[in-house]
Parts: sequence; C-alpha cells; structure tokens
Amino acid sequence: MSRSIRFLCLASMLGFALVFMGAAKDAHKASPPARTRKPPVDAKIGVISIITGQGAGYGEAITNGFKLARDEVNAKGNVKIELVIEDSSGKQEQALAAAQKLINSSQVVAILGPTLSTEMKVVGPEANASGVPIMGTSTTAAGITQIGKYVFRNSLPESLAIPASVRKAVKKYNIRKVAILYGNDDVFTKSGFDSMKKASEDLKLDILTVETFQKGQADYKAQLTKIKNLSPDAVFCSALYEEGAVILSQARKIGIKTPFVGGNGFNSPKVIEIAKGAAEGLVVATPWFADRNTPKVTAFVARYEKAYGKKPDQFAAQAYDALYIMAEALGNAGKADRKLLRDSLAGIRNFDGVLGKFSFDAERDVVMEPNVLIIKGGKFQMFK
Amino acid sequence: MFAEQLINGITLGSIYAVVALGYTLVFGVLDIINMAHGEIFMFGAFVGMLIVTKVHSSLGIAFAGAIASTAAMGYLLERFALRPLRGKSGGSPLAPLISTIGVSIILENVAHKLFGAGNHLFETPFAEIRFDVGPVTVYLVQVVILAISILLMAGLSLWLRKTRAGKALRATAENLETAALMGVATNRIITATVVIASAMGGVAGVLVGMAFNYINNQMGLAMGLKGLAIIIFGGMGSVGGAMAGGLILGLSETLVVAYGSSGYRDAIAFVAIIVVLLIKPQGLFGQALPGTER
Repeated sequence: MSRSIRFLCLASMLGFALVFMGAAKDAHKASPPARTRKPPVDAKIGVISIITGQGAGYGEAITNGFKLARDEVNAKGNVKIELVIEDSSGKQEQALAAAQKLINSSQVVAILGPTLSTEMKVVGPEANASGVPIMGTSTTAAGITQIGKYVFRNSLPESLAIPASVRKAVKKYNIRKVAILYGNDDVFTKSGFDSMKKASEDLKLDILTVETFQKGQADYKAQLTKIKNLSPDAVFCSALYEEGAVILSQARKIGIKTPFVGGNGFNSPKVIEIAKGAAEGLVVATPWFADRNTPKVTAFVARYEKAYGKKPDQFAAQAYDALYIMAEALGNAGKADRKLLRDSLAGIRNFDGVLGKFSFDAERDVVMEPNVLIIKGGKFQMFK
Repeated sequence: MFAEQLINGITLGSIYAVVALGYTLVFGVLDIINMAHGEIFMFGAFVGMLIVTKVHSSLGIAFAGAIASTAAMGYLLERFALRPLRGKSGGSPLAPLISTIGVSIILENVAHKLFGAGNHLFETPFAEIRFDVGPVTVYLVQVVILAISILLMAGLSLWLRKTRAGKALRATAENLETAALMGVATNRIITATVVIASAMGGVAGVLVGMAFNYINNQMGLAMGLKGLAIIIFGGMGSVGGAMAGGLILGLSETLVVAYGSSGYRDAIAFVAIIVVLLIKPQGLFGQALPGTER
C-alpha cells in the first residue's frame, strides 16, 4: 500500500519535474524583457497547526496570521493562494498523518507549519523525502533546517536572539564582568543559558559566577546576595517570566542596580505586571515588537485587530510574514511547482516584513536583526 | 557577605520552622502527616495578600484574617475529613493520611480557580523598612520573622508542658482510648490541635509573603515538602526539633549557594537529612516513644 503510494508519488514528481523542465525552457524562450501581465500563480498551500487540544492558542494565532496574509496576497492578484488547514493537536503522529494527506491527496505545493519543533522532527523528513518545501513559523529548536534542503523556517531561534541582546547591552553599558543566573530544570531556559555563555565567551566577557534556580522557587536571595557581592556590570538571566519577574524584584530589593539581560522567555508584558518598577532596565531580544513604529507594523496590527479583535502576538506575526515569503517565492518562481518553489524560497534575501528585514542563509535558516527591547517607564521600548 | 547570607538563611529557616511546627503538632497527636497543611498555608498567604493589597489594611489585620480563615479551614478539615474516619474498626490507619491528600488536591485547585495561576505581588510598606548595621542591610521583616517563629515555638512548648490542655493533648497523643477513659474530651483536643496547627500555617503564609514579596498557588507543595523533611529530620512530633530542623535546613540551603554551587542547593540539604537519619533514626530531637513500636 505505502509502496504503491510512494511509487505514485515518485512518478508524479518525475512528471512534475519533466513538465517543469519543459516549462522552464519555454519560459526562458518566451519571457519578454519587460514584465507584462502574467496570469496569476495558483497555489495550494498546506497548513499543519494545533487547532484542538493543549496549545490551540498558538495554532489560533498562527492560522489567523496565515489567513490575514492570504486575503491580502489574493487581493493583490499576481499570486492566488488556497490554504488547506490540517490539525495536528500538537501530536507527532497526527502531524505526520496530516502531512501525508496534504502531500499525497491534497497535492499541495508547499507546507507551512507544524507548530512545534518536536512535530517538525517527524514531518520535516517526510516532506523533504517527498520533495515538498516546508517552512516552520514557530519552530525554534536547534537542527530544524538541517533536516534537509526542502526544510525552511522563519522563526528566530534563541541562539540568534540572545547574542543580539547581549551584544547591544555590552556595547551600550560597557560591560566587562557578568553574572549568569538560569533555571536548570527546563530545556528552554537551559538552552538560553548555553547561548548566553557562548555569547559572553565570544565577547571575551569575564563570567564571575553561574548560579541556578528551579521552577517555582520562592526565595532567590542566596544566589542574588552572592551575585551582588561579586559586583558584576550586568546580570544575564535565562528564565521564564514567572520566575524572572520575582528574581528581578528581589534583586532590586537587595540593591543590585545593574542591567539585566534576558531571553525570549522573559519577553512578556507580565514581567512588568508582576515586578512593577523593579522590571526597569531589563533588556530582551525578540523577533516581534508590536509597538515598533513602522508603517508596515502599524498597518498589520490595525488590520489584525480589526479582523480578530485582539493584538497580534509573535506567532501571528511570524505566520503572517511566512505566507508573504511564500507568496514572494511563488511569484518569483512564476509557477506552482514544488522544486521550483524550493529554489526560489532558498533565494529569498532582504524580504521586508512585519518582523523586519529577513533572509534565508545557505542552510535555509533565519538571518535577521532581532528587535532589542528595554523596559523603561513601565513598558517595552526599542533599546538604542 | 557572610553576615548577609546568615540573615538570609535564618529568615528562610524561621519560615521553614513555622511550617514544620504545624506538621509536627498534628503528627504528635494524631500520628498522621497532614498533607493538606501546605495548601492551608498557601490559603493563609493569599488571604493575607488580599487584605494587604486589596483592602489596604495593616499587617496586623492581615495576620488576623489569615489566622481566622486557616483556623476555620483546620476545623472543617478535622470535622469532615478526619473525624469520620476515626475510631472506625477495620479501617486502615493510613485512611486519614489519604483523606488529607484529597483535601490538599481540592484546595490547590480551588486556589487555582479563585486566584489564578502565576505569581501575585504581596506588597506592604512594612516590608521596605530597613536599617544598616555596619555594612549589612537588615530588613525589619527579617527580624520580625525570626521573633515570631521563636515566640510560636516557645509558646507552643509552654502550652504543651505547663497547661492542662497541653497535658490532655499529650495524654491523647500517648493513647487515645486510655485518655478518653480518663475523662479527656479527645475529640475536642484533636480539633483544637488541628485548628492551632492550621492557624500556624496561616501565620507562615503571611510571613512568606512578607519575606519574598510573591506568592502563588503552587507554593504549598514546595514548602510542604520542606516542612515534611524537617519534621523527619528534627524528630516527629518534637517542637524543638521542628525549630532546629527548620533553621538548619534554611541555613544549609543558603550557605551551599553562597560558598558552593546553587545547583546542589536541594541535594546538600537532603543529603544532610539522610546522614542524620542514618545516625539517629528517630531524628535529631526525637525520642523512641513507647508508641513508636507499633
């Protein structure tokens, strides 16, 4: 059964490839120097997201971002996109089944999603083997695009975000000696710590001490007193906002006045809500900043709010940009073809989206300058 | 540095001690561990927080409110989760323990519904009062916490040793049936004990809020585990043991972080407990009571 499907698949791919080669030749011959009106590129794009179950909140933001971008792209006219949305429930096996359905029966030209890095680890190889371009919009784990040359992502990994905020803070405050504090019982905060340590070593900073804490701890005074007495120029803190806000508050109370640099887990308005004035001076890097005053961002926020009644979060913004990247690549390819789309996607450079300037590197991973923010006057602001 | 860490450790230890006192009292008389104590403590913290931050009343009223509500919870716990199981022939001696576990799960989820997940700020102007002793900054809260825990321990010891009610409690602890035959109103004594222990949990809850500024609905579990370890360490049912155990655990946790690695914070503390138990299985201050042969 599965062998015959695979054979069919291969055959259809071969067919596609042949047709495309012919078409490409034709295009070369036929394409006039000036771009005249071409018929729109019709493309069916599959979406795998978490629609039900735990994590459905992410899926909702992501699919909202896709739909809004689709409507805008279709209104412009040179690319017509149809979205085929499948639910993964955040489960690997369900995500894989959805991918097979999209690839084989819906015959999509590309896939957006899935939501989680763990899902991508099984869906990515399948799409890659079938020659279907796949782009994660929320997968931040290491090694995603290394799955294969059909696998892309536009979600900024922590390993890029943290060095950006560290670099900026070091330059601005002339930081030489740092103390690092991180939660050692969580994969996310642990990998954030690894990035902080590496960034510090790259910048030849003097790491005075590395302290740890655990989820739900109430009292951080022992670690903080120790840090205070070493008098660092800054504290790098890899924490989720629940613990992070309490740490900030207790640190300010015992008299640590240095800047704090945090990871993306720290990037939440909740930090200000919980820590109040103590949150001042926290520096974080994030791909998405809703209050960035560029016309693109303002327009997107307004349209999203009008359509869905709430402000877009990072996941919606990343999805929105991902669909636009797809549309641009389709436009460049001139044709809804999997192989052609892959090559054209891999060539995307300096795409101007709501997240800022975006490019794929040679490994189809993210190249972008994240927004570095600081909490000042009770809100997040651009850190200059 | 050392002085500051010493103060941090003593503050943490005093809070542990007050939590442990609540456990040890109930264990002393009922021979069971009240697993709901941590959650009652958490409720005390939330009631105190609401009084301080929403009603803007003084800390004294916050303490009173927390004590009143946790005492009431203690009464309900005894009346509906423990008493119905007592004296039933053929019942497992573990039944009341399981019953308190059930209560703790209910309370945690009720707190989640009522107060939501996440940290809540416990803000009082009192927590900002500080004075400098040489190079060291001491917060008045830290002194008050130590004073309250010592007062509670001393008061409890006196009450147990010198008063009629204390004598009745000890008699009940030794043997329920015999005490009842001697004319001790055992049900009343047990109720009083659980109510007092719960009220202590309420006091501890407000202390935590004052010391750390934040409370959440998970803190009962974390503190509860520490409290349990302490009464095993200090000796089950021993008031002095709870106090000493709490201080030792708080200090060792803090000093491990200060002079070692924070990754070993919990490990060292519990290794110390295991070592003590290997040498003295009944705990630091525990006596091999005649009852323990059971």
